[in-house]
Amino acid sequence: MTAKISYSDVEVGTELPAQTFPVTRADLVQYAGASGDFNPIHWNEKFAKEVGLPDVIAHGMFTMAEAIRVVTDWAGDPGAVVEYGVRFTKPVVVPNDDEGALIEVAAKVAAKLDDNTVRVDLTATSAGQKVLGMSRAVVRLA
Amino acid sequence: MALDQSFVGRTYPPTAPYEVGREKIREFAEAVGDANPAYTDAEAAKELGHPDVIAPPTFVFSITFKAAGQVVQDPQLGLDYSRVVHGDQKFAYRRPVRAGDRLTVTSTIEAVKSLAGNDILDIRGEVHDEAGEHVVTAWTKLVARAAEEA
Repeated sequence: MTAKISYSDVEVGTELPAQTFPVTRADLVQYAGASGDFNPIHWNEKFAKEVGLPDVIAHGMFTMAEAIRVVTDWAGDPGAVVEYGVRFTKPVVVPNDDEGALIEVAAKVAAKLDDNTVRVDLTATSAGQKVLGMSRAVVRLA
Repeated sequence: MALDQSFVGRTYPPTAPYEVGREKIREFAEAVGDANPAYTDAEAAKELGHPDVIAPPTFVFSITFKAAGQVVQDPQLGLDYSRVVHGDQKFAYRRPVRAGDRLTVTSTIEAVKSLAGNDILDIRGEVHDEAGEHVVTAWTKLVARAAEEA
């Protein structure tokens, strides 16, 4: 496992490059196929509204997968992720247009831990709302 | 109706092995738009010290969630799956999942709670490879929202 970033080069408060991830209905259909999660709330507007949602929503696991890219792109080696957890606080609502929704992810080093690992705290928002809470990763650096 | 507390601590039999295919990893990486070569190029993965292409960190959820289905669909537990939402998800990795892995999942109910009419279920999935080595642990919190008053 070889992270590109060295433990000695980061300190508490170091910000990782933020990224914005677009998500359209087509992305959700593709993710449903790849992940095997075919819950109709992720592709069927009529069904989503019948169960009380404002519209089709992204899979929580899709948002979780996008958010960790800020960490894996920074670390270089996705295998350097030791722990990763999130709370799904609000859904990412994905309208049926060409634009879809945006997931904005920021992250910073919150603590330096033993064994060359650091805890990274992530913030993910969509349409101005926080969509992930308690979103944290532990990653092993070089 | 509140779920039966006696299910706490119950462990279900390990699942049949799931064989992780490199094309399945590629399909997943493409679906999340992640072009990291460690997912598709064995040489790039080897340069990072892995024996073969590895899977994105959240890939393993497809396997652990399917395993959790044993719990969720246990008729004795009686969870109303049509009202279930995903509350929390956490993973602790011993090593990344990689192509060629044959993974089994052992699911345990860690907690059963009722809060404001919602049923909350915590399931831990322990993932092991063919050699019996631990690969990753997944914690999944499911919330069955209270049914509306008739």
